[in-house]
Amino acid sequence: MDKFVRLEGLVAPLDRANVDTDAIIPKQFLKSIKRSGFGPNLFDEWRYLDVGEPGQDNSRRPLNPDFVLNQPRYQGAQILLARKNFGCGSSREHAPWALLDFGFRAVLAESFADIFFNNCFKNGVLPIVLPATEIDALFALVGATPGYRLLIDLERQQVIRPDGRALPFAVDAFRKECLLNGWDDIGLTLRHAELIKAFEDRRRIEQPWLFA
Amino acid sequence: MSQTLYEKLWQDHVVHQQADGTALIYIDRHLVHEVTSPQAFEGLKLAGRKPWRVSSIVATADHNTPTDHWERGIEDPVSRLQVETLDANIREVGALAYFPFRDPRQGIVHVVGPESGATLPGMTVVCGDSHTSTHGAFACMAHGIGTSEVEHVLATQCLLQKRSKTMLLQVDGVLGKGVTAKDVALAIIGRIGTAGGTGYAIEFAGSAIRGLSMEGRMTLCNMAIEAGARLGLVAVDEVTIDYLRGRPFAPQGEQWERAVVAWRRLHSDPDAHFDCVVELSAADIRPQVTWGTSPEMVVPVDACVPDPASEPDPTRREGMQRALSYMGLRPNLPIREIWLDKIFIGSCTNSRIEDLRAAAGIVRGRKVAGSIRQALVVPGSGLVKQQAESEGLDQVFIAAGFEWREPGCSMCLAMNADRLEPGERCAATSNRNFEGRQGAGGRTHLVSPEMAAAAAIAGHFCDVGEWL
Ligand code: SF4
Repeated sequence: MDKFVRLEGLVAPLDRANVDTDAIIPKQFLKSIKRSGFGPNLFDEWRYLDVGEPGQDNSRRPLNPDFVLNQPRYQGAQILLARKNFGCGSSREHAPWALLDFGFRAVLAESFADIFFNNCFKNGVLPIVLPATEIDALFALVGATPGYRLLIDLERQQVIRPDGRALPFAVDAFRKECLLNGWDDIGLTLRHAELIKAFEDRRRIEQPWLFA
Repeated sequence: MSQTLYEKLWQDHVVHQQADGTALIYIDRHLVHEVTSPQAFEGLKLAGRKPWRVSSIVATADHNTPTDHWERGIEDPVSRLQVETLDANIREVGALAYFPFRDPRQGIVHVVGPESGATLPGMTVVCGDSHTSTHGAFACMAHGIGTSEVEHVLATQCLLQKRSKTMLLQVDGVLGKGVTAKDVALAIIGRIGTAGGTGYAIEFAGSAIRGLSMEGRMTLCNMAIEAGARLGLVAVDEVTIDYLRGRPFAPQGEQWERAVVAWRRLHSDPDAHFDCVVELSAADIRPQVTWGTSPEMVVPVDACVPDPASEPDPTRREGMQRALSYMGLRPNLPIREIWLDKIFIGSCTNSRIEDLRAAAGIVRGRKVAGSIRQALVVPGSGLVKQQAESEGLDQVFIAAGFEWREPGCSMCLAMNADRLEPGERCAATSNRNFEGRQGAGGRTHLVSPEMAAAAAIAGHFCDVGEWL
């Protein structure tokens, strides 16, 4: 996993609540057995005017000019600004894979769905929860200011606006540590292999039917 | 100290706890399907790691498999590769059980686990699928995980987790005519919203829940994720124990006796504290129909499509307008005047034998309306299909004009050939009415199997309670 320490990037606004994982990456693209290559199909049904299928040449497909990410001013955006309950629906990790592959490294929203939130951290995408008033203000600023950028400082747990205003955010200490260092969870867990083994042995004696 | 069921389950699985509260949780059962596992198996291999405990794995292919013409195999090459990749991975790694494509026990992973007895009370059950919450009906700590976590469980038999908050969802009283577990689930989501359960483990309790069969409890826990909760729970009682007795992977003989003793403590203590309590009266719940593109956009069948003009919150109002335009509905239209193109009875929410019996009960001796283009019944598993056929339910559906299919996820998410065409309107017993879920441009109304069956006959929604 790539480290996440500081990110200074262009912000793209997606002004809808309850953006679900089917919208983030429609199911036909889940047939892939790879982890990469999902970026061109991020928000596929909103981004294109036709119906996408895996294996197409996406550069030849008709773009929906009304969809926000297709607007020239948001090209190259790395920070997605969203509304409440972002990422609801399925557990598909293809959703953060698609966001990452497209170029997003952070999502700011009023709230996130649990599993999506968790999946983001495993892939070096930082989901940041901000109060509704701050999110509203950011939507207004992004809309009014072409080229609007934000600085995200994970170490200090702040989103810093160009006018200098710093928006603090909470992040779980352990997850923060993992992101800052680009650590792989599995390696960390396996340091406790002895404990796991002992727990398992005891459980096998106490509740053998769980091990049939 | 008195504990909630969730707290008991949590405590029973903590291997190690860090100072910040993050815990290493032991995983008893790992359910695997073809869509979310290939990258995990690949990651494991690339890192030179071995699976920790193969006997925890129960696998099946369900999302991509076709539901007709099984003799032709899987015609879509991309789907086929994914299913073959699962075959190869399980062949290489091993499993307690694998029900591949065309095996008589193959089916939707959340149907197969419980029916085979691979889901047992007191377990932690995970799967790379959000509807793993289904298994909470057996007092399991069961939830969906992403592919990185699938790999983590394969490699370590554990997950890193923080404890959820607890919510008690108390439903007391007697459900009215034609009101099912699905309607209870939808009514709950209508009440607390799709984010209402975020961060919580929801325990469903109360006399109405006790009165549900295991199938009904699974339907309810299945939908916990649509209320934002990663996991739903129902305490163990005689219904749970009766259901499990004699299932292939359930313990036998002396082990069964011991297990039952252990399972009987899997309930919340009478004075346990919950972080949040929500109460519903069963008698107030009517058959539900969703009108929008989120499961919280739901109303009773005798109501009308809501009017965005009367919604004060601007973000919500805009969301309603967008949903109505996607759904092709006008405000204030009575739900009963919504006409349908397709009917889908299936999915891990409502494809168990009891669901099929209930739907067949409505359909028996009647005909699907001429205006319905397609009405599908997709049993949740090969064993459900066999059972239904032995009861003659297939003939009831076929005589009425339904198609009787092979098991799988099918039109719940349309990864195989079963799907809605743009603009088509469907009454579905599945769990998600998101834009494009059942096919690009498709319009989904979530309902119970009985309501879907009645809609198939009438061609439009109607109150199934009046048919009983
Ligand atoms: S039936 Fe639908 S919701 Fe259930 S596992 Fe299959 S795709 Fe997911």
